[in-house]
Amino acid sequence: MTTIAAHAGDAHTHEDHAEHIPGFFQRWFMSTNHKDIGTLYLIFAIIAGIIGGAISGFMRLELAEPGVQYLTQWASFMQGSAATEDQGNHLWNVLITAHGLIMVFFMVMPAMIGGFGNWFVPIMIGAPDMAFPRMNNVSFWLLPPAFILLLGSTFVPGGAGLGAGTGWTVYAPLSTSGSPGPAVDMAILSLHLAGASSILGAVNFITTIFNMRAPGMTLNKMPLFAWSVLVTAFLLLLSLPVLAAAITMLLTDRNFQTTFFDAAGGGDPVLYQHLFWFFGHPEVYIMILPGFGMISHIIATFSKKPVFGYLGMAYAMVAIGVVGFIVWAHHMFTTGLSVNLKMYFTAATMVIAVPTGIKIFSWIATMWGGSLSFKTPMMWALGFIFMFTVGGVTGVVLANGGIDDNLHDTYYVVAHFHYVLSLGAVFSIFAGFYYWFPKMSGRHYSEILGQLHFWIFFIGVNVLFFPMHFLGVNGMPRRIPDYNPDFAYFNHMASIGYAIMAVGMLIFFVNIGWAMLAGRRAEGNYWGEGATTLEWTLSSPPPFHQFETLPHIK
Amino acid sequence: MTLATIVKSFLAAALLASAPQAMAQQVSGQAAPTENVGATVIDNPPGANVQEVPAGATNAPQAEGSYVPMKPTPGKGQPVYAGHDFQDQYSETGRDAYWMHSYILMPVIVVISLFVLALMLWAMFRFRAKRNPVASKTTHNSLVEVLWTLIPVIILLVIAVPSISLLAKQYEPAPADALTIKVTGYQWYWGYTYPDNGGFEIVSNMLSDEEALARGEPVKLAVDNRMVVPAGVPIKIIVTGADVIHSFAVPSLWFKMDAVPGRLNEKVLEVLEPGVYYGQCSELCGVRHGFMPIAVEALPMAQYNAWVRAQGGTPKGEENAVAAGAATETPATGSEIVETENIAAGTKTPATAVTN
Repeated sequence: MTTIAAHAGDAHTHEDHAEHIPGFFQRWFMSTNHKDIGTLYLIFAIIAGIIGGAISGFMRLELAEPGVQYLTQWASFMQGSAATEDQGNHLWNVLITAHGLIMVFFMVMPAMIGGFGNWFVPIMIGAPDMAFPRMNNVSFWLLPPAFILLLGSTFVPGGAGLGAGTGWTVYAPLSTSGSPGPAVDMAILSLHLAGASSILGAVNFITTIFNMRAPGMTLNKMPLFAWSVLVTAFLLLLSLPVLAAAITMLLTDRNFQTTFFDAAGGGDPVLYQHLFWFFGHPEVYIMILPGFGMISHIIATFSKKPVFGYLGMAYAMVAIGVVGFIVWAHHMFTTGLSVNLKMYFTAATMVIAVPTGIKIFSWIATMWGGSLSFKTPMMWALGFIFMFTVGGVTGVVLANGGIDDNLHDTYYVVAHFHYVLSLGAVFSIFAGFYYWFPKMSGRHYSEILGQLHFWIFFIGVNVLFFPMHFLGVNGMPRRIPDYNPDFAYFNHMASIGYAIMAVGMLIFFVNIGWAMLAGRRAEGNYWGEGATTLEWTLSSPPPFHQFETLPHIK
Repeated sequence: MTLATIVKSFLAAALLASAPQAMAQQVSGQAAPTENVGATVIDNPPGANVQEVPAGATNAPQAEGSYVPMKPTPGKGQPVYAGHDFQDQYSETGRDAYWMHSYILMPVIVVISLFVLALMLWAMFRFRAKRNPVASKTTHNSLVEVLWTLIPVIILLVIAVPSISLLAKQYEPAPADALTIKVTGYQWYWGYTYPDNGGFEIVSNMLSDEEALARGEPVKLAVDNRMVVPAGVPIKIIVTGADVIHSFAVPSLWFKMDAVPGRLNEKVLEVLEPGVYYGQCSELCGVRHGFMPIAVEALPMAQYNAWVRAQGGTPKGEENAVAAGAATETPATGSEIVETENIAAGTKTPATAVTN
């Protein structure tokens, strides 16, 4: 890892003429400052997270008991007239679609790449800002219209009722001939905008990391978070255009009588799935790789020890990124792939467990021999390691095409990907948030509330998601609003888990509010000797423009 | 619920399910202990009923016209209350897969998870700041790095070998003379066509909760007309979709195959013993995706043939000179895009048993 020469004072000496902070509108709406744009991304992600999380609350409420209790009423409320049972069930599909899209495209990605990536990648590599500051602003400002399009789609017709009820995967032909009305078109345009935003961001990160590293900051000395964002940016750059092509074909199939995915015109519905998952599988690594980077920093900081096996960690991420592109059809084991293809995708998928295992063991090895303190970010990081392991091993189960024939599209899959995302990606986001919040805001949060948030959230999400494994093996399919009473016990338990988790989230928001209003001022390096990357050489919050004189890395 | 009401509701179901010509014979069947249809045959070893019933030899006491929907056995072919394991398996590949999950995958993933947890907890305890105030600066140890790369590779190889052979077994093509049944997913019900038995189609809709309870069947899983199959013989299942993608899934038979419009997906199904096996559509297909369940009823071959006759069909091998269902020859491997005229013609409205 990086060792930093003592240039900590540089930024401050230039503060006198650097701090021309623009007025409110110019600062927040026409920003070219990576830290301000990062802040905008984080605020955006928090708002989207609240909406996406509330939607899952509605879903857990409906699923708490067998029978359809609320959907028809909610649908009536949304459309302003009495809804039929079908319209209630359509609302269910709208909820699952919105929850998935919001959490993936408007919460996890903006928080990790847009938020923490923007904030800390330039600082960590010793750059004054991103390579293309104006494009950075475009990247962010594409997201609010995308989000408004997606939310707006729930108020226009989408088939049986209002909104797009296609699932986040938008499979044809359900999303083409199966969903008349403008809702799905709006959702697709929303994905186009969000995708364009991410592609621009990816270009920006790649250019920044390749061209703007401070003197002496070779790639092999670059902090692991910057490495993780670099790999993520390549995944975005290579996978998102494929999604854009696929959903553009959906649009033309829907509106201009093309038949890319319609067998009656020589097309093929399974082609859409190949294109979608060629994007979709790298996408899941896009959502977790920056988390890997953050966890490495946090474990090292609170162990007061450099990361174990730095190069192995960096190359493991590169390996995960590369292999992530050649395993997509394990999402399609039941679509009728030839058996040889299934064998290949089974084997290739299991290969990913090797670099992932290297990372898990390296984190533990980083702790080994260290001097550990268990502050809030460390707790989230430790929670991440174990929960991600649990989500990872169920991934190895699902990788087996012959086993997936039973588990595909059951709650076992839902449990698996929530363990790697809700308990993996989201834990790493919270870890990073608590790790860097005082750095970004200049204020300390309450350590007690942070710990409380961790423990309640940890218990809540485990009660919420662990029983889903049981529902899955017992045969409960995904994406159904009602179920046989034999599934009631664990569904009820999961809904209770949601309520526990929600209490944890309330504590989080109280903690943020408290920190902003009354938090103790944070010094430059509040974590002490374990925190060695460049952001800790700056004040908290850092000056509006840092590194006007570039730091030199030994 | 008294025995009489059960029998009565079963008879009502039988009347609904049977073709008109079967109704006249229903009266004679009434006297027989129809509820035991399932129970009596369970004792037969699988395969005992495999022989084809020759034409004219089918006047066994219960055979002709005596089909009554079998009563499901609790815990068999359906979810278990608060169950936390796979449903019991009633196909050979299902049992193989279940074995692999229980005795290879589960031990491996539980041991790995506990190992990681133990290492982490030990490190948290042993190297806490109070006990270990000065951190070491170790950042490399080639031996452990090689070990934690190689050992997972070996574990994965141990998993991969049986996994690949399981796949090979699951997707072996059906014997050339296997009975073919075509499954079609519609929004939002299933159609079962029997090309080898004259080509009639059974249309299968979900029962209301009240109706399901009245028949002693699990709610949200029971259907009006089941997919009836012979037990103990390999059947070639062809799955396709009529409108959007559905997925034909029966957990207790370890069977899941997507119903994709424009494709014929093929997989072998061999139900080891008679019984009723429930499943649900497993691909989001629109508004009533959660309400198009699947019920497979496996019968001994003789009773299956009787059921076929009751639907107005002909048992396989009895067509004589008539070139009946033989036209529906399908590719033997994998899935290929084929013509869609079948599907376009197949958009029937939900109804009770449709015979040709």
